[in-house]
Amino acid sequence: MNDHWTNRLSEYIDGELDNEERLALEAHLATCGSCYATLAELRQVVARAQSLEDSSPSTDLWPDIRARLTPDRRPVVTRARHFSFSVPQLLAASVVLALLSAGGMWIGLRSTKPTVTANQNITSPPPDYTLASASRWRTSTDAAITELEEALARNQGQLDTATVRVLRQSLAVIDRAIAQAQRALKRDPGSNYLNLHLANTMRQKIELLRRANALASQS
Amino acid sequence: MPRQVLEDTLTADSIAADTALAASGDPSAFERLYRSHVARIHTLVRRMLDADETDDVTQEVFIRAWQKLSTFRGESAFGTWLHRLAVNVVLARRKSVGVERGRFITEDEPLHGATGRRETPELSLDFEEALARLPEGARQVFVLHDVEGYRHDEIARMLGVVPGTSKSQLHHARMALRRHLDR
Repeated sequence: MNDHWTNRLSEYIDGELDNEERLALEAHLATCGSCYATLAELRQVVARAQSLEDSSPSTDLWPDIRARLTPDRRPVVTRARHFSFSVPQLLAASVVLALLSAGGMWIGLRSTKPTVTANQNITSPPPDYTLASASRWRTSTDAAITELEEALARNQGQLDTATVRVLRQSLAVIDRAIAQAQRALKRDPGSNYLNLHLANTMRQKIELLRRANALASQS
Repeated sequence: MPRQVLEDTLTADSIAADTALAASGDPSAFERLYRSHVARIHTLVRRMLDADETDDVTQEVFIRAWQKLSTFRGESAFGTWLHRLAVNVVLARRKSVGVERGRFITEDEPLHGATGRRETPELSLDFEEALARLPEGARQVFVLHDVEGYRHDEIARMLGVVPGTSKSQLHHARMALRRHLDR
């Protein structure tokens, strides 16, 4: 083994030697069995590194993460008639509204602010969601989406243009996912996976539309 | 379209949708992102740092991601963005711990005398355990280059060293690890 050449073997594997150095090293390898064997082992190390698998943590870290999320979000801007604050602040405001929706304060807000009344029960596919019920669930979900979209069209003038742009981009992503799922379902209508994926994607759209309408209603 | 390709496409779109929802402040969407990415991030952190820090730093990565999601522009995949964020958190941790403990690793430190090919009890270590026993500098270069696919010039910038040091550390790491290949 020659230390000078041995120390260049990794660069050789990675293609980082210039042509002259590469040819000289290859000439050495032709006569040095030890360096040749080391080269093979180093290649195995590189291959092994690329085949390492990921593993999940032994304990669920989410509860601790979740507990630290909301307090760390940017503070909600106190309500102003004229929107002059940033998109992140507006979006942060939607978090608070979502939290309020779970409690009695949301009820109070609904009585004093313009709200959207689209089927509030549609949040996720029912527990007994099956192929047989999929069509019925999607029909009612389509109606809710239409109502929420119409409401957003009426209310979006109360949002600043940057916020509207972010919302449109987000909705476009979701619409693309819905379209792809629908195309896939045409080819494989009996797929439980595809039906559930479509249902979940539509649920995401409803959640986003509700959030957008709630944001607009805060103006 | 092959089923796997179709599912990959649908998964990518689902992640994009969840990213948009999470950026708008939806914790449920962010939890779905956490569930689909935690294994990769936790493994990266475990390989780069000491085992007893892994859970704390993994949590820190996701909290930072939540705080910075509004700056995510969608120019890369969410997973790529999150991965780079995780590397930055790990390296920041490395720097702060290095300051607290003093520089406990030097660039020229021998790799636990593991550059030879002697028969030692270390032969019983599996590859991951051997990787964890590398000196910190060599371990981080090896993980970033050979496992995660970063280039030497990128690694040198991240670690604050010259590319030659990154190449040297990588070679030392490979030489040490070749004794622990699965046979």
